[in-house]
Amino acid sequence: MKSISRQFSNQQFFSFVRKEFYHVMRDRKTLLILFGMPVAQILIFGFALTNEVKNTRIVVSDYANDPASRRITERMAASNYFDIERRLVSHREIESAFKEGTIKLALIFPAQFNESLSHGNSAQIQLITDASDPNTANTLVNYASSIIRDYQAELNMLHSVPYSIIPEVRMLYNPQLKGAHSFVPGVMSLILMLVCVMMTAISIVKEKETGTMEILLVSPFKPMLVIVSKTIPYLILSLINVVSILLLSVFLLDVPVNGSILLLFAESTLYITACLSLGIFISIKTATQQAAMTISLMGMLLPTVMFSGFMFPIENMPVPLQVLSNIVPAKWYYIIVKSIMIKGTGLALLWKETLILMAMAIFLLTISLKSFKTRLE
Amino acid sequence: MEPVILHSITKTYGKEKKLAVDKVSFAVKQGELFGLIGPDGAGKTSIFRILTTLMLADSGSATVEGFDVVKDFKEIRNCIGYMPGRFSLYQDLTVEENLKFFATVFGSSIRENYSLIHDIYVQIEPFKSRRAGKLSGGMKQKLALCCALIHKPSVLFLDEPTTGVDPVSRKEFWQMLKQLKQQNITIIVSTPYMDEATLCDRIALIQNGSILSVDTPEAIVSSYPDLLYAVKAENYYRLITELGRYPGASAAYAFGEHVHLALKRDKGHLQEAKKEKILSYLAGAGIKDATLKETKPTIEDCFIRLLSRNEYERETRQ
Repeated sequence: MKSISRQFSNQQFFSFVRKEFYHVMRDRKTLLILFGMPVAQILIFGFALTNEVKNTRIVVSDYANDPASRRITERMAASNYFDIERRLVSHREIESAFKEGTIKLALIFPAQFNESLSHGNSAQIQLITDASDPNTANTLVNYASSIIRDYQAELNMLHSVPYSIIPEVRMLYNPQLKGAHSFVPGVMSLILMLVCVMMTAISIVKEKETGTMEILLVSPFKPMLVIVSKTIPYLILSLINVVSILLLSVFLLDVPVNGSILLLFAESTLYITACLSLGIFISIKTATQQAAMTISLMGMLLPTVMFSGFMFPIENMPVPLQVLSNIVPAKWYYIIVKSIMIKGTGLALLWKETLILMAMAIFLLTISLKSFKTRLE
Repeated sequence: MEPVILHSITKTYGKEKKLAVDKVSFAVKQGELFGLIGPDGAGKTSIFRILTTLMLADSGSATVEGFDVVKDFKEIRNCIGYMPGRFSLYQDLTVEENLKFFATVFGSSIRENYSLIHDIYVQIEPFKSRRAGKLSGGMKQKLALCCALIHKPSVLFLDEPTTGVDPVSRKEFWQMLKQLKQQNITIIVSTPYMDEATLCDRIALIQNGSILSVDTPEAIVSSYPDLLYAVKAENYYRLITELGRYPGASAAYAFGEHVHLALKRDKGHLQEAKKEKILSYLAGAGIKDATLKETKPTIEDCFIRLLSRNEYERETRQ
């Protein structure tokens, strides 16, 4: 008898999931948003980033004007990152150029650059950037520093005594460069939150609005069944989104995945589950698709953007907001993805964040189940 | 034991406690086609939702197939079929997918109970791969009925199944219900159309949340106490006001193109003499083209009479 009822509920379950897939696949516009949005976001973010470091206007203020400084300047000019203007400028002029936005980087060779390099084996270059846009500033400094390092390496090959040029970097306006991390983890946490919460939030409310919930309720189905079957298509679609984001970031944007891909997917599944449960909770609590959409956009997107740490550094926020940021699942997922993708961290160092995310998912799923009404309001 | 029993069910809505169902009691017999007849807002849907366990009543009790609508709602949901007033199937699923889905939700299959829906389903089968949202009104009703029947329920609740459906489809629909009755399924159907009342085995007339009368349509019609005349004249408006003032008239109201005049029966006058009297009264009032014939009361006449009596009682109570 028990096996019969289990078979019965299995059939019910598959039938529900199939129905949900029909709904998703037949709604072309939504499907386009589902798959188009992550690609568009990644491309927008990606090209905003790559465009800016090409042909950036910089000023080279060469107080030395000796072979070494000229050689470095030539190398800078040879790369296609910079458009060079050679001009002696004062610090005040640099500052006003930054404020006008005419230059992004200033390179300053002190007098006797070559002499101190060849006699003292060590010389300094000053790099000043406009770090109000931290991503660009960071990239520019990295490019400039690597060109200087190349020159240094070349010198060292010719001479037995190592030379060292120390680029002295000054990040104006935002010295710690917070928020200058790679955007891929940020986009991932944002997109998944948006897709999962909004789509599922709409899905149950839709059944209420069109009246199909009325028939579903007058049937021997279990609330758990509806909830789980509503989430499965979006879970699968979201995982496809993760794959497409990763493919784009690795092959188009050269942002590699340094850690375990398997772990990244496991963590993503966890995060997606938490988001889906949140969506279902919203959808149980609201009466119209309009309300569900507004709540998921205003109530979820905004805190996610603000408190994930992706756009604005949490450390700089007032303490109450820092505390508040802890309840945003995106914050923990962002930390996890950043660590796995960029630092290559393993689970051993991420167990705390993983546990928090897991607790959130279980909590949200439980309250969704508990608040599911078996009758009409 | 009757499959559906209501005992003093009361339901109010909102903070103002607006009364929707007022101490309603009736019972539906096994295998009966029972009609809940009343205008929009009479409380029909509220009663249906209470019986289908979708809503809780404020007070009173009800059972379906012996199960309590509050305590045993799970058992009830297993054995009833429900077709809500609004078309409530998945518009983006095809006819066949809808049917299959509802069959599996109830742990059944199309094959298992195909014989039950066969007569209805053959009519929509040519469109089985069409999306439900693209069907015509009559087709939608047929599909919804199939979906409500596919798990072979013992009690079927149909909330205004013929509202917004063309007259031909309405007729067909009632034909289908007659056939279903032979399968020994108890059917409760609500409708605002009085002419459909005669198609039911028994009916309950409902207005403002309270039941006016429960009986067979024949019994309700034959209990009509007055003499009824259908009067016609060019000036419709004047006719209705003048007839309303006619001595001995218990009611005069618009009924299609006629005005129905209800007269209290008395043994004194002959029918012909009565007619003459009315016509001369009308001629005296300036309506000379009036024609008049005696007519048999319909459910609608009974409803109107019960309604005015009910309102009268309510007023005198206050």
